[in-house]
Amino acid sequence: MTEFFQSLGMNYEAAWFVATICGILLIAFPLMLAVAIIIYCDRKIWAAMALRKGPNVVGPFGLLQSFADGIKVFLQETIIPSGANKGLFIIAPIITFTVALLAWAVIPFSETAVLSDINVGLLYILAISSLGVYGVVISGWASNSKYPFFSSMRAAAQMISYEVSIGFTLISVVLMAGTFNLSDIIMAQKGHIGGVVNAYGLNPMLFPMAVVFLISAMAETARHPFDLTEAESELVAGYQTEYSSMSFALFWLGEYANILLMCALNAILFWGGWLPPIDWEPLYAVPGIVWLFLKIFVFFFIFSWVMATVPRYRYDQLMRLGWKIFLPLALIWVVIVSGYVMIRDHGWPL
Amino acid sequence: MIQVFTFYLFAALLIASGAFTIFARNPVHSVLWLILAFFNAAGLMVLVGAEFIAMLLVIVYVGAVAVLFLFVVMMLDIDFAELRAGFIKNVPLGLLLAVVFVCELIFGIGAYRAGKIELSDAPLNPGREDASNIQAVGELLYTKYIFLFEMAGIILLVAMVGAIVLTNRKRSGVKPQVVADQVARRPEDATRNVQPEIGKGVEL
Repeated sequence: MTEFFQSLGMNYEAAWFVATICGILLIAFPLMLAVAIIIYCDRKIWAAMALRKGPNVVGPFGLLQSFADGIKVFLQETIIPSGANKGLFIIAPIITFTVALLAWAVIPFSETAVLSDINVGLLYILAISSLGVYGVVISGWASNSKYPFFSSMRAAAQMISYEVSIGFTLISVVLMAGTFNLSDIIMAQKGHIGGVVNAYGLNPMLFPMAVVFLISAMAETARHPFDLTEAESELVAGYQTEYSSMSFALFWLGEYANILLMCALNAILFWGGWLPPIDWEPLYAVPGIVWLFLKIFVFFFIFSWVMATVPRYRYDQLMRLGWKIFLPLALIWVVIVSGYVMIRDHGWPL
Repeated sequence: MIQVFTFYLFAALLIASGAFTIFARNPVHSVLWLILAFFNAAGLMVLVGAEFIAMLLVIVYVGAVAVLFLFVVMMLDIDFAELRAGFIKNVPLGLLLAVVFVCELIFGIGAYRAGKIELSDAPLNPGREDASNIQAVGELLYTKYIFLFEMAGIILLVAMVGAIVLTNRKRSGVKPQVVADQVARRPEDATRNVQPEIGKGVEL
């Protein structure tokens, strides 16, 4: 895109600047639109599983429901509790929302469509997703209210626990692909299974990690069945209890943008990203972004499906799953995968 | 141009947030300013081309250490009057530290005036100048500096074992959850399906 702006007569620096800003807007606005649509899909899927109709009043099939909700929260009054720490109370949702958008900078949408194709793409995503906890922790503390505070305690412990197992699962993928760059990881999956299937997830070496990653992703985004941070039967609405109008909506948007990000990561790391599922020439006629969106939607459907069917975990079960099952499993798998990679690259050592 | 602008932006924010870390009255605000300082330091490292170190700084310090820090500080019940009383008590120690820092600064500036240190230009692993940062760091860590690396690992292991031993205490009178029993429990063990006659009720 920089070349295009250069051809309009700008010098390189100005062209780069304008191109980057355009790239950011090209990701952020469609992402917000996608969040609005995915919230609608989410509600329709739960409704279908509970034999209800779901949103069906605003627009054809209720399609405009999310936009109606958006206008509603936008017009509401922002209430700041008198005991709250005002500055932090307002900053917290902004942090959640910004961090949810930041990570999309390195996601490759097709072979060339990636805002910043950096060498440490995966580390960048880990770093940014580890910032997500601050929005929750700060909002809980700044609300100066007990349920939000309990919720932020839970969130801090939960997100740190699952970040560890996510980190180790990512390491096994990185070992297999030999790079931290997301585009290269996708290219390494091309024809990975017998030269036919474009996916790491079907490799028996990585399939368990794909499952661990999917479950950890649900825990990391505090999504059902791990939504203990906003368990309404125990904590009213968790860290969002004191929030209203746009500040609440920012949490909401950030949460769904994070869920979409985790779905995209699942698709990119284990299921071939923008590659078609099968390495067959005619399938490449379909643009890569369509394949990526299809895969993201499949994973989002799984997230919704789990939410509609699985009851919430107890807190001690959540911690046990993270520390006593996923962490040792992922750690052992790192060793197994590195042994496999050693044999693959350098031959049988004996 | 944009590099210079970014450098001054990060550097100014870094110094400002470092100062606010000290001057903030509320400890939670202090920790948050400290996090901002870490973040800007990571930005500076990206600018000098050490993107791997920058990411590690954010993951380790911002993502884990500072969260735990915030976690502890948030739960403190702070009494500001007591803090001020502590201020008088700690002044001598603070002054001593300040003197040490000033001396170090003087040493540093004096050494800088005396002429810079001649660093060797020879690359640490020749022939791999085109490798990415992560590859270069990895190759050096696992070949040239393997003993130092292993030593760091062992020190961390010992620290971890020590922390577990120190905090792990036997408590009597607790009933731990036996997860295997919970998982093995079937609906038939816990529930009964009965069709009572009308007006009779159920024997429990």
